Amino acid sequence: MPDRELAVTQRSQAQLVARRFRRHRLAVVSLAVLLALVLLAFVGGWLWKYSVVDLTSDESVPPSWDHPFGTDAAGHDTFAQVLRGTQISIGIAVLGALVATVVGTVWGATAGYYGGRLDTVMMRIADLVLTLPFLAVAAVLGHNVGGSWWLIAAVIAGLYWAYVARVARGVVLSLREKEFVEAARAIGAGDARIIFRHLVPNAFGSIIVNATVLVAIAILLETALSYLGFGVRPPDTSLGLLVSDAQTAVDTRPWLFFFPGLFIILIALTINFIGDGLRDALDPQQTRVRR
Amino acid sequence: MTPVLEVADLRVEFRTDEGRVPAVRGVSFQLSRGEVLGIVGESGSGKSVTSLAMMGLLTGSSQVAGSVRLGDTELLGASDKELSRVRGQSIAMIFQDPMTSLNPVYPIGYQIVEAIRAHHDITRDAARSQAQRLLGVVSIPNPSERMNNYPHELSGGMRQRVVIAIAMANGPEVIIADEPTTALDVTVQAQILEALHTARVQTGAAMLLITHDLGVIAGQADRVLVMYAGRVVEAGTVEEIFYAPQMPYTLGLLGSQPRLDLRRQRLHPISGAPPSALHLPPGCPFAPRCPLAAPVCEADEPPLVATGTGGHLSACHFSDQLVGVAPGDLFRPISQDTPL
Amino acid sequence: MLAYAVRRMLVSVPILVIATFVVFVMVSLSGDPLSELKTRNPPPPPRTLALEAHRLHLDEPVLARYWHWITGVLHGDFGPSVQSTQVIGPELAHRFLVTFRLIGVAMLLALVLAVLVGVVSAVKQYSATDYTFTFFGFLFLAMPSFWFAILLKEAGISFNDTVGNQVLFTIGDSSVYIEGGTWASIADVVGHMILPTISLALLSFAAWSRFQRASMLEVLNTDYVRLARAKGLRSGTVLTRHALRTALIPLVTVTALDLGAIISGAIVTENVYQWRGAGSFLLESIRHDDAYAVAGWLLIAATFIIAFNLAADLLYAVLDPRIRYA
Repeated sequence: MPDRELAVTQRSQAQLVARRFRRHRLAVVSLAVLLALVLLAFVGGWLWKYSVVDLTSDESVPPSWDHPFGTDAAGHDTFAQVLRGTQISIGIAVLGALVATVVGTVWGATAGYYGGRLDTVMMRIADLVLTLPFLAVAAVLGHNVGGSWWLIAAVIAGLYWAYVARVARGVVLSLREKEFVEAARAIGAGDARIIFRHLVPNAFGSIIVNATVLVAIAILLETALSYLGFGVRPPDTSLGLLVSDAQTAVDTRPWLFFFPGLFIILIALTINFIGDGLRDALDPQQTRVRR
Repeated sequence: MTPVLEVADLRVEFRTDEGRVPAVRGVSFQLSRGEVLGIVGESGSGKSVTSLAMMGLLTGSSQVAGSVRLGDTELLGASDKELSRVRGQSIAMIFQDPMTSLNPVYPIGYQIVEAIRAHHDITRDAARSQAQRLLGVVSIPNPSERMNNYPHELSGGMRQRVVIAIAMANGPEVIIADEPTTALDVTVQAQILEALHTARVQTGAAMLLITHDLGVIAGQADRVLVMYAGRVVEAGTVEEIFYAPQMPYTLGLLGSQPRLDLRRQRLHPISGAPPSALHLPPGCPFAPRCPLAAPVCEADEPPLVATGTGGHLSACHFSDQLVGVAPGDLFRPISQDTPL
Repeated sequence: MLAYAVRRMLVSVPILVIATFVVFVMVSLSGDPLSELKTRNPPPPPRTLALEAHRLHLDEPVLARYWHWITGVLHGDFGPSVQSTQVIGPELAHRFLVTFRLIGVAMLLALVLAVLVGVVSAVKQYSATDYTFTFFGFLFLAMPSFWFAILLKEAGISFNDTVGNQVLFTIGDSSVYIEGGTWASIADVVGHMILPTISLALLSFAAWSRFQRASMLEVLNTDYVRLARAKGLRSGTVLTRHALRTALIPLVTVTALDLGAIISGAIVTENVYQWRGAGSFLLESIRHDDAYAVAGWLLIAATFIIAFNLAADLLYAVLDPRIRYA
């Protein structure tokens, strides 16, 4: 009986969040566009008649029915390249943001919950990471680990976890003294239980919003890294690498330059809007009251 | 007596994502020279919005209609230039929370001087000595040293005194005090009321005292407006309101208030909560909580009309049935005696 | 405050040591600095390789190399570079000067624009202006810096073509040879700076203007701004003296925190416009597996970031009387 009541309130909470999110029209549209892009990249990439490595007899042709995004000088179909690049870029960004969020949340929540010397040491380490110019360090690491996509994701996670840790620690610090934590402690809940059953779920809203925005940031870092030549390497490709290959062709073969760029913008833009909508939906204190 | 302030049919609406929210729905009253008019009501009844609207301090997507006349000046729709001449000079305001109503980055002396020099073309030094004198008037010890203190270096009570000093700086005709004691400790409240009294006596200003604390009203006000769901539901002198209320809501308010002058008493609170301004019931907004509610109450919203003698007004279909009724006759007591 | 500053500096020292150590080890392990030499044709004699390895202390363990490097830095010696013609210390100084010129101007431009746009957006919340600024803010936030820089560079080239004169330079940080004295060189440097500065500024501008808008909105809704208006101050005075003055404070911290991202942006910008600044120095050094040069680069960049953050914190205390450092 009490379980059922709880389930009812939980669902209504989720419904409330969904309702608030739906009211943010831009976020809803963005979600649709992003899903369409992801489907196009991951499903369309399989179905498309050309693959990344296919060399067609059409060299440097502008967009047409056969090649919607044109071809490059070697005869690669740019549409296939962009879809593959999108797969890789999104894969790296999502994996990187996910790992960074998990590691950062555990790190920050632990530091914030225990406080004292442990907190000082743990946050000093996070601050150390945050002091660094990320692209520079990522370039060093990227040069070291080679070009496989999950290692690039690891590099990104290895930098951004510190940022998540800061956020998670802040939320946990503010929740630590709340009554429900006192209550949990009073009935004998252990530290781990309090952190992961009481603190982290309550910090979930902020963490989700952060993770979303992190995906957009990670996409931009990955593409910049690949652009500089320290990220994804040929024969595989990423959106950043495609732009890099096309940078001398802006004038002559603009399609090579614009399509991958527009894809990056579209992905980052929609994710940011979704993050905005989630912030409104999950963080009712910050809801837009038009006064 | 001629009124210094005349508010007629004041209406305020907010546009929100959910729709239009009528926060104030036709408030009218007059304030005579030197008079203290109390406005009571629950949170969300439109008290504070009324005061902000009068000062032209509402921002964004609010729509204000009606009339607010200060002497010969119409304040609604006045230009920023006109308004800034009137604000602080003729009509001053004290806000609820002294912890947030002073700018944290300027010393308090500067903030008083600023208020004086906004309306008087005098030197900084002259304004400073005047500000220092004002701090003395509101009983701040060591005014000359306090002048250079930042707000965070003062207690809440001290900060509220500074806000009062700012309000009286230019000898206004009207002071609006919006819940001036609510955010303060009980022990400090009396001192702040004292300082408010001093400010009123020194400047001769009339005062609009907005509060939800009936005790404050009883001790300070001459007349009272009771607000509910954006409207005035009862108006009268303190005696009329406290001893012969003509609206069940007023009666309920009186029954919810613990009193120190009775040895043992039962509280008779009003059940339920005020309606959301977004979804007002079609009839009397108090009907869902009212023990007297009849079908007519759910159909027609009663107008505010004269009841009994003099200026006593009430908005209730059954105000005549309330003569001589005590809160306990109408509202159910809470289950236990409240020992005092 | 001075004691606080000194303490913060001292606390930063281990941070610098750890950061450079990690990077030093990473670069040292990532590749063979002699690979270029070894693949030469005809192959150099083993004696040359041994000499070169000795010059770079490759015959010692990594830890010892780092120890040599960090003790050397204390004496102003940044260690031997893999590129034997290059002396790391002076080269770094020169390169960072070029980059700081770019970063400084870009940050200033971004700050001024961000404050203006943020304030206007907040004051005119939900107006067409606000929505336009918001849209462009989001757009720039989503735009990869290198893509925008390339686009701007192309725009600069076609602008030059239309004008029929090289007004905007799109390659390098300055011309190799310039006639006509100081003024001509200044004009030359400015001409080279315009496009890269805009490229770099726009990214921070987008983030900061969003931040300034939020901060301004928050302040505009405070009681003290309401009280300032209730006092009878004119709206312009309220806006600048009470709202903006307080709303600017948090921007100080955000600016400092974003410095790392701006340096990252500068690396990309320099790459697009082929500047010989700190960014290109870093990329060259990584490609050459030049551990000494990379560690030196990071030491200077991180020191700069730490010092800038310290300065920001001190400035914060000056601007906000509630903060006191003891």
